[in-house]
Amino acid sequence: MNEFLQGGLYGGGIIVAIMTSLLFVLWTERKMAARMQSRIGPNIIDPLGFLQAPADVLKLLQKEDIVPEKADRALFNYAPVLGAAVAIAVAAVVPFSATIVGADLDVGVLYLLAAGAVGVLPVFAAGWGSNNKFALLGAMRAIAQSVSYEVPLVLAALVPVILTGSMKVSEIVTFQQNHHWLIVWPFFLGVPAFVLFMLAMLAESNRIPFDIPEAESELVAGITTEYTGMKFGLFYMAEYLHTVIASAVAASLFLGGYDGPFAPGVWWMVAKTFGMVVAIYYLRWSLMRFRSDQLMALCWRWLVPTGVVLVVASALFVVFAG
Amino acid sequence: MLLHFGPQHPSTHGVFRMDLYLDGEIIVKAVPYCGYLHRAVEKLCEKLAYVQLTPIVDKNDYVSPMTNEQALVMAFEAMLKLEVPRRARWMRSLFAELQRIASHLLAIGTFSLDLGGALGGGSTVFIHCFRERELILDLFEDVTGARFHYNTHTIGGNRHDLPAGWGAKVKAALDVIEARLPEYGAMTLENRIFQQRTKNVGVLDGELALELGITGPNLRASGVDHDLRRDAPYSAYDEVKVKVAVAKAGDCYARSEVRVAEVKESIRLCRLFVDGMPEGPINSGKPTKLPVQTKIPVGQTYVGIETPRGELGTWLIADGTQNPYRLKIRPPSLHSLSALPYILPGQTVSDAVAILGSLDPIMGEVDR
Amino acid sequence: MTAGLALLAFLLIAVAVSGTLLVVAKLLRVVSTKHEPLKEQTYECGEVPSGLAWVRFHARYYVVALFFVLFDIETAFLLPWATIVKEAGATGLVAVGSFVVVLMLGWVWASRKGALQWQ
Repeated sequence: MNEFLQGGLYGGGIIVAIMTSLLFVLWTERKMAARMQSRIGPNIIDPLGFLQAPADVLKLLQKEDIVPEKADRALFNYAPVLGAAVAIAVAAVVPFSATIVGADLDVGVLYLLAAGAVGVLPVFAAGWGSNNKFALLGAMRAIAQSVSYEVPLVLAALVPVILTGSMKVSEIVTFQQNHHWLIVWPFFLGVPAFVLFMLAMLAESNRIPFDIPEAESELVAGITTEYTGMKFGLFYMAEYLHTVIASAVAASLFLGGYDGPFAPGVWWMVAKTFGMVVAIYYLRWSLMRFRSDQLMALCWRWLVPTGVVLVVASALFVVFAG
Repeated sequence: MLLHFGPQHPSTHGVFRMDLYLDGEIIVKAVPYCGYLHRAVEKLCEKLAYVQLTPIVDKNDYVSPMTNEQALVMAFEAMLKLEVPRRARWMRSLFAELQRIASHLLAIGTFSLDLGGALGGGSTVFIHCFRERELILDLFEDVTGARFHYNTHTIGGNRHDLPAGWGAKVKAALDVIEARLPEYGAMTLENRIFQQRTKNVGVLDGELALELGITGPNLRASGVDHDLRRDAPYSAYDEVKVKVAVAKAGDCYARSEVRVAEVKESIRLCRLFVDGMPEGPINSGKPTKLPVQTKIPVGQTYVGIETPRGELGTWLIADGTQNPYRLKIRPPSLHSLSALPYILPGQTVSDAVAILGSLDPIMGEVDR
Repeated sequence: MTAGLALLAFLLIAVAVSGTLLVVAKLLRVVSTKHEPLKEQTYECGEVPSGLAWVRFHARYYVVALFFVLFDIETAFLLPWATIVKEAGATGLVAVGSFVVVLMLGWVWASRKGALQWQ
């Protein structure tokens, strides 16, 4: 019972911290996008636009709730809650410092992958429940995409597991603390695995250039077409949560997590995560999106074999060189 | 599965509607519908005096109003057998070329928006294109006082003369645009994802394009070397040599390629026109008394000019009164859209958006 | 086990937080007093929707699912081995290696067949 309370305390803290950081992430993205596009960005509510994101949340909270007459009400109403919850759930095993971790599972990496894979369920529930053709197309694309990219994601995540010999995320970080960050040594395994992991994570969290399930220029808004108010807001939030948490996971698995000199670990973790989020947004605002079939082809013809090769190579490295 | 694609859709370039019959994501059959933006322009024209028509047709192709006016007044002048002063003709050509740059920039921008989404790389290209288009609108504002619906062409010449020092401003703007063109190249034509999305997508055969009456960049991208500026010169085009950009492939990539090449060519032409701008009157001075009561003698004529989208034709039947008996406008976009049922089947929904974007239709002139 | 309890607490809070947002929205949002049937119509670009969206879908997606099952089982077998690569040593490597080789033969066959191509 004690552990339950303790987990709840840490978990609550982490969740609140992440949700608050979303406001800042949102601000960064908007300002960054604005600079990339020769715009100024939000500056009406306050000169720097910091209050824009809270204002948006407030607006979403007040919006009228419209449920399409022909929708499946249960699926339609509960999909957003599940979507946001699943996105948060991934963060449970990520160690933000040596002590701050929601639940340090022995099979942390397996849990990460499993929780990530569940993420497709709310998406499909929303798409099917809306009874809207655009939503349906979006949901179908989302399933095909998430399911396909699950494979390279798992393969890429296996590389740090093999190299460190543990599935516990905190142990993976400790290993990197004691030896090298995986992206530094062995870099010929760490760097490609890191890139593969990020690609697959981007695809799983439906970010440009992999955002075809939403593809607002094709499918209007994809799965969120019929959603209004905070239900839409939850999906929107889930998308940002995915990006932030995927960055945090990648930072833990490949970039040494909270390891770093001079500053307390948690700052290093925040800095690494934030740096990757910025990189993801930089990509987002400069690339176009793929077509669904090209995405599948990319996954099955290039990423999956690469992943397999990486896994075998890291096993060879561990057995013969490590 | 029947999917209504449009009229209220983010990337149908206005209120265009396609009924897509889908098998999974593959389009089996596509039926385009237009008419959602019908404003009865042609009927309205029958009720108004000739000089009152220019502001009406300005709104047809709302991305390139200059050429709309030009096509209209050229038809009137042909009927009246009016000689347009040389300076006015050069000004018209200069306006048309500037407008072509602005229009193509918008076409490339919106096409990227269709490919890349409003919340991604597409909008970056889009906003950058609009930034450059803004320079040209500023130039037009200097001359006509309006940013969009200029109403500067009038029967027998132009209404507004060029302000002092305008030529230098044009050249400065052109320098900026030319310097920034490679930027767009890097984000569009040279981008791997852009190429994957556009190459071999929506291949339009040259023969079919000719049969459907498609003109302009869409036709030239299909390998047909046809440009009214060179083949049937009007205004000042008989005094300069126009290099026509042609591409073979006929796919979305070729269409974008042709547009970018045309922007470059237009920049060159604009410089020529600015440098060689002749002095003299800008208007023939006829008709002088009460222009509203201009009467055009009985007869009919067809005048076609090369707008950024292709051949914009004006077919005028006059009955000797002060308003037209019948004024038929041949919009190039309507013909471009007629290719959709032929090239969409077999492509995916994503491709449908790309193809529609690459044809660059303007619903204002399709529906009139 | 202790970590499991902590995880349970974490998940409960995750659901609670997102649920709370909806509850707050329910309290704050405007409610229209008039019943508008048009507002509740399914969106299909402003046209009257042609039938429900609950239709049978293209089998192509099924093939992707099959591939997924194939490769996911592979990774499921790899996972337990991944933590003990060093202990299993060369023997384990040979065993897993042969398994992967057989699997990748399947991949080669599938790509030869064109099954990995969408269209």
